[in-house]
Amino acid sequence: MSTHTETPVDAAGGMAPGGPAEPVTGAQPYEAGFTESSAGRVYTVTGGDWEQVLGSGESDGERITVNMGPQHPSTHGVLRLVLEIEGETVTETRIVIGYLHTGIEKSCEYRTWTQAVTFLTRADYLSPLYNEAAYCLSVEKLLGITDEVPERATVIRVLVMELQRIASHLVWLATGGMELGATTGMIFGFREREKILDLLELITGLRMNHAYIRPGGLAQDIPDEAIPRIREFLVDMPKRIREYHALLTGQPIWKARMVDVNFLDAAACIALGTTGPVLRAAGLPWDLRKTMPYCGYETYDFDVPTALEGDSYARYLVRLEEMGESLKIIEQCLDRLRPGPVMVADKKIAWPSQLSIGSDGMGNSLDHIRKIMGTSMEALIHHFKLVTEGFRVPAGQVYTQIESPRGELGYHVVSDGGTRPFRVHVRDPSFVNLQAVPAMTEGGQVADVIVGVASVDPVLGGVDR
Amino acid sequence: MTELVPGSAGVPGGPGGRRRDAFGARGSGDTSGFGGLVPPVPSLASSVRPFGDDAADSVYDTLERVFPELGDAVERVVFAYGELTIHVRRERLLDVAWTLRDDPGLRFELLSSLSGVDYPDDLTGRRLHSVVHLTSMTHRRRLRVEVSVADGDPHLPSLTPVWPTADWHEREAYDLFGLVYEGHPGLARIMMPDDWVGHPQRKDYPLGGIAVDYKGAQIPPPDTRRSYS
Repeated sequence: MSTHTETPVDAAGGMAPGGPAEPVTGAQPYEAGFTESSAGRVYTVTGGDWEQVLGSGESDGERITVNMGPQHPSTHGVLRLVLEIEGETVTETRIVIGYLHTGIEKSCEYRTWTQAVTFLTRADYLSPLYNEAAYCLSVEKLLGITDEVPERATVIRVLVMELQRIASHLVWLATGGMELGATTGMIFGFREREKILDLLELITGLRMNHAYIRPGGLAQDIPDEAIPRIREFLVDMPKRIREYHALLTGQPIWKARMVDVNFLDAAACIALGTTGPVLRAAGLPWDLRKTMPYCGYETYDFDVPTALEGDSYARYLVRLEEMGESLKIIEQCLDRLRPGPVMVADKKIAWPSQLSIGSDGMGNSLDHIRKIMGTSMEALIHHFKLVTEGFRVPAGQVYTQIESPRGELGYHVVSDGGTRPFRVHVRDPSFVNLQAVPAMTEGGQVADVIVGVASVDPVLGGVDR
Repeated sequence: MTELVPGSAGVPGGPGGRRRDAFGARGSGDTSGFGGLVPPVPSLASSVRPFGDDAADSVYDTLERVFPELGDAVERVVFAYGELTIHVRRERLLDVAWTLRDDPGLRFELLSSLSGVDYPDDLTGRRLHSVVHLTSMTHRRRLRVEVSVADGDPHLPSLTPVWPTADWHEREAYDLFGLVYEGHPGLARIMMPDDWVGHPQRKDYPLGGIAVDYKGAQIPPPDTRRSYS
């Protein structure tokens, strides 16, 4: 027991002073060792810190402290867990984040409203289009053009978002399966995800971090050849989902690892702010697409899968069912696609350039450049001002929440009336849901911590931003 | 790229107006005269009731009925962009929060989001705002609760007793804005390293250009590391 009381790690995972200092270091306990050379002082900053802080990790009692991560194959990126265990039982789980903090929110304040999309798409890198959509819906609300966004743009937004929901759940299936040793699940998951990434590349020009959705509409229209490709995918994918069921659902090892493990009921989910598949697996059919619809989701026909068990296995089943529901929505989107613009008509918001995909991926339409360069000086000035300075957004603040694959993705956007966001805050579902992991894992087995983190499906790019 | 002149941000609650663009032009930088780009001076006035939105009116009427000293707790009420914001005095924040969560007519059981915002020119002189977005799953409504504190006294009560999910949100707001939540179980930095100095998302904190101390060695900011001339 003494390890815990003598040299604790505080709530943030910060290191309290203690332990013997290395001989070469100076007054500070964590100062790096160094050697002098002719080129100057050379610092040695590798390894050894953990033992220095907590001793060897063993104590006279049974309790030991185990550090897991931030570089560990089963922590979903740079997540760090500090576990206190007695034998095989976890007595305390502490989660340390921040290793991937890149200041996306701060950077947005130094770019125009349109450029901010390119930052925010990199937050949750497994569902970038959701970040773009939620942010653009917020900006459109501030601009007062929510109803002016063309129908076709909204339908394509829903289409690409639902494609991405499947891709995101497939990565969850793949990485979650890999962490439990179900490597076939991993191969299957990444195989189908690759097909979706190909589709998204065809539509947006990029596999990930698309910057496809813009305030007012889309960067470009969906190419004609994408439609038959998506239809092929819709025919193929239900077979694949049946394959996952045949491989994993009911498989004894899979069930033994997941059934009744990492239980969290609906009341605990709400208290801890947990939303998304975790909440729906605890029995509450809370899906913002149904309960607070946006992008016209109220007009689509789909179901919200739920389960009552509140364990990891229920979350697995809910995610698998959600893939099928997304397929239904995609099919309805394709039926609804009508020719038309994909950007608002307001020339003070829509960039005049028409992007066209060239052989190298993306490029500006030469015809359009010739037109604005050759015929109208005012158009050229307008183009220049709009691209460099950007459009102004009325002062005020809005909050928009949408249902991302991981739960409620919220954007709190504040404008001061200028051409750049005054403040953008991302309420990322991974960030909030991770808080629930101690409640799921404490009192359970060490091996179940891996299952617990996997069942929450955190994406550290979104957690740390 | 325009750059806000320190002390002049045209924010709601700030005087606004003056800016300097990348070429050094004063004012809006707009020479056409048609932009209408001078932001209106915001006021601290509340929105006129009724707000004209069923959900917002219902929320505020209910709150007024079940919380008799509301005039004392709420500084102002703003209804804009279809969203209701109540600005609450920090002394009464917890009382209001318990009522919002537990009253059957309100039932804001989910704290969706908590974020800090820094308004350097807030007319009240309290530049740091803690903004909470609440969701009522029962009534399917949203509400924004805003508390502002001064830079010199950035203390306000923690919402963790009411909504445990506020834990990490408040740590983030403390880390990036320096808001100090009294009663939080472990208010430590969450994004930045534990020994970081300053609160990076404040408006007077620069983007980049910060030297980093790492284990006794100092890593200069990227733009000063090397000369390419």
